[in-house]
Amino acid sequence: MAEAKNRPLSPHLQIWRWGPAMFTSILHRVTGNGLAVAGLAVLLWWLGALAGGEASYATFTKHASAWYGMVVLIGISWAFFNHMASGLRHFVLDVGAGFELGSNALWSVLTPIAGILLTAAFWAYLLLR
Amino acid sequence: MGNGTSIGRVRGLGSSHSGSHHWLIQRFTAIGNLLLVLWFIASVMLLPNMHYLTVREWLARPVPATAMALLIVTTFWHARLGMQVMFEDYVYDSGSKFAVFALLNLVTFGGAAFGLFCIIRLALGAPA
Repeated sequence: MAEAKNRPLSPHLQIWRWGPAMFTSILHRVTGNGLAVAGLAVLLWWLGALAGGEASYATFTKHASAWYGMVVLIGISWAFFNHMASGLRHFVLDVGAGFELGSNALWSVLTPIAGILLTAAFWAYLLLR
Repeated sequence: MGNGTSIGRVRGLGSSHSGSHHWLIQRFTAIGNLLLVLWFIASVMLLPNMHYLTVREWLARPVPATAMALLIVTTFWHARLGMQVMFEDYVYDSGSKFAVFALLNLVTFGGAAFGLFCIIRLALGAPA
């Protein structure tokens, strides 16, 4: 594949002036791959601990309820809610809507805010009930 | 692929004709993730607590066990497709790309199999 190495490269991050759509798009990729690695790993640990019995579940709970475990769990839940919000935005863009400059910028700003608000509401419910 | 003519070079760089299938499955699994993860979040919120016996009794029931098994399938499938796109963007060498995809398949299929095994073991009441 000698010719593949000489393919022209498109301009990358440092070329463009930052805008909300760019920020939301990058956040969508970061949260998606973060969920794929950390989110699925923690999910498997939780299921494995549950299947392993009471002692292994207690080990999981000990780490999950420690300060660093809470940081990871809150991070995973934020990554999900953010990825869900920007993923729903993608469904709208997929049908060809929402590309006008104003509405595109508006929803690019609103989806990360929705992700933060949903995360806050989820943990407020769990911790304050 | 051709080296002599420009159309030959273009053919070597063009679509491999399976991109739209990948794109569609990414959307279908996204819909599955949306429904199933929201079900999981609602379930966690509705459970009285996250103690061992509470969670075990809940997840061993037929509908939660089925939904969790489906969640494992759609999330790992979606993650497999999404991480492929990331690697396609950042891994340039075709040999490295092959190795990364082989590893990605091993990890995602292995992880999903482990998750499904844990659910089946819980649901079918193997002594723990």
